[in-house]
Amino acid sequence: MPCCDEMTLHQRLSQRAQLLAELRAFFAARGVIEVQPSGLGRAASMDPGLSSLAVPEAGPSGEVRYLQTSPESAMKQWLAAGSGDLYYLGPAWRGGEFGRWHAAEFTLLEWYRIGWDHRDLMGEVAELVREVAARLAASSLPAPSLPEAALPAATLARYPVEHLTYRQAFVEYAGVDPLAATPEALDSALQRHGVELFGVEGSLDSPGAAEGVAAGTGGVGGDLPGRDADEQAQRQRDERLDLLLSHVVAPQLGRGALTFVEAFPASQAALARLEPGAETNEETGASTAGCAAPSATARRFELFIDGLEIANGYHELTDAGAQRERFSREQAWRRASGLPVYPLDEALLSALEERGLPDCAGVALGVDRLLAQLIGVDSVAEARGEGGGDG
Amino acid sequence: MASYSTNEFKGGLKLMLDGDPYSIIENEFVKPGKGQAFNRVKLRNLKTNRVVEKTFKSGESVEAADVVETDLQYLYNDGEFWYFMDPTTFEQKAAPQRAVGDAANWIKEQDVCTVVLWNDEPLQVEAPNFADLKVVETDPGVRGDTSGGGSKPAKLETGATVRVPLFIEEGEVLRIDTRKGEYVSRSKE
Repeated sequence: MPCCDEMTLHQRLSQRAQLLAELRAFFAARGVIEVQPSGLGRAASMDPGLSSLAVPEAGPSGEVRYLQTSPESAMKQWLAAGSGDLYYLGPAWRGGEFGRWHAAEFTLLEWYRIGWDHRDLMGEVAELVREVAARLAASSLPAPSLPEAALPAATLARYPVEHLTYRQAFVEYAGVDPLAATPEALDSALQRHGVELFGVEGSLDSPGAAEGVAAGTGGVGGDLPGRDADEQAQRQRDERLDLLLSHVVAPQLGRGALTFVEAFPASQAALARLEPGAETNEETGASTAGCAAPSATARRFELFIDGLEIANGYHELTDAGAQRERFSREQAWRRASGLPVYPLDEALLSALEERGLPDCAGVALGVDRLLAQLIGVDSVAEARGEGGGDG
Repeated sequence: MASYSTNEFKGGLKLMLDGDPYSIIENEFVKPGKGQAFNRVKLRNLKTNRVVEKTFKSGESVEAADVVETDLQYLYNDGEFWYFMDPTTFEQKAAPQRAVGDAANWIKEQDVCTVVLWNDEPLQVEAPNFADLKVVETDPGVRGDTSGGGSKPAKLETGATVRVPLFIEEGEVLRIDTRKGEYVSRSKE
């Protein structure tokens, strides 16, 4: 079902096609190779915040395959095998995500730069956004509906770049230090900003809390073994931070600027390496891994433009042991929370262990969201030329 | 007990929260790049009409409110309760003043109203969008003045007072927009 009348549809699809061509031209000029890993993968993302769509009987002997939430695993296996710099431009899939800015299938741009760190890569992300914005603005595509109006792309191409740490962003826009604040201080910040989570007392507990984590012991504040209790406390803390970020902080980020937020809490490192000094626990494999000092941060960044998250990148974790530890921890949390539990991604882990991931930085960018902002539409569905989003 | 998962949330869905029935006005899915997904929802409390904003963890389930809308015929009131009848079953329902609210200004016997029932009890009465009501009291009309220049108060048969043009006379039947509480025209009936 098309989104709009004929003229507008033609224009929108043309702009989309131009954006895809400009993105490819950007990387061609820089010697980054386009790859097309299979959308149906053996492994599913372990991230408890992501839900993979399973395709039954998609494998050769009728086994389940998973629509990939990102091409990260396949691309890292190529990088470890010596491919050189790579990019992917194509679909990615995430279950249970429906809304104005979310869809089960969306267009992802993901790329890796060998020998770069997160700061180098933030520079390239900004160049890319400004360059494609300028080219779209300069294109001679007719704007039948608004012949006189310039595309938002023209303005966006001139946005200044702003760098904030995660901590600075929270202090500035939520009035609370995300790394140092007590859970009570985070709760009162939520209250101050009118964010009310539905449920009874203790509703901020993660799903696992109700039935007890892993060991199956009591509920909130029960006698969990040290590691699980730490893990649970950490998850609860991250949930409060996620609430503040998505409800209070993010909508204020990137207003008239390309705003990069970096130095995420170590507990939200995902696949980023930690800042040196914070890695001790992980390297020693101590039982408190990942629950490093609360002030520890990871080399992870996100780009926000006019209140919308556009990209998420890392100075990639290359330590195979730490990677296995993070996957195992996420797997245990999935089990405890009643989420689908997947086997560890051994293909990726053995590539990291045997050949080693070269020192690199990688980033994933939401193409539909970027296009929506460049042409001034209000949902990813419209940016894809489809019917309006049904929130 | 029926319940809805957050991924079924949409405008108009009726939920029970803290013992009160609510109707969803707006539902927005929000999710940080990595981490917990939430549904940020604007809801109207159907008892108090107050609008609140609440956030749900995506995937959670919430009890459904047994709320239905039905068309009932207004019979009479005794000052405390307004009585309505289902025109097919002849079953009667008594709505307290709180449920009738502003509709009391515009409904007269035999009017068919939309009544919101919660657990089978009237929760909210909505008057028809337009009502034809007789003027029972107003200053004498100014003959010939149809230019719509000025206005004056007029008391209607239901007891409500509206502003009407100067040429309106007592005994005339007027068409009223009940949502705005405004005079529209002389009734054509």
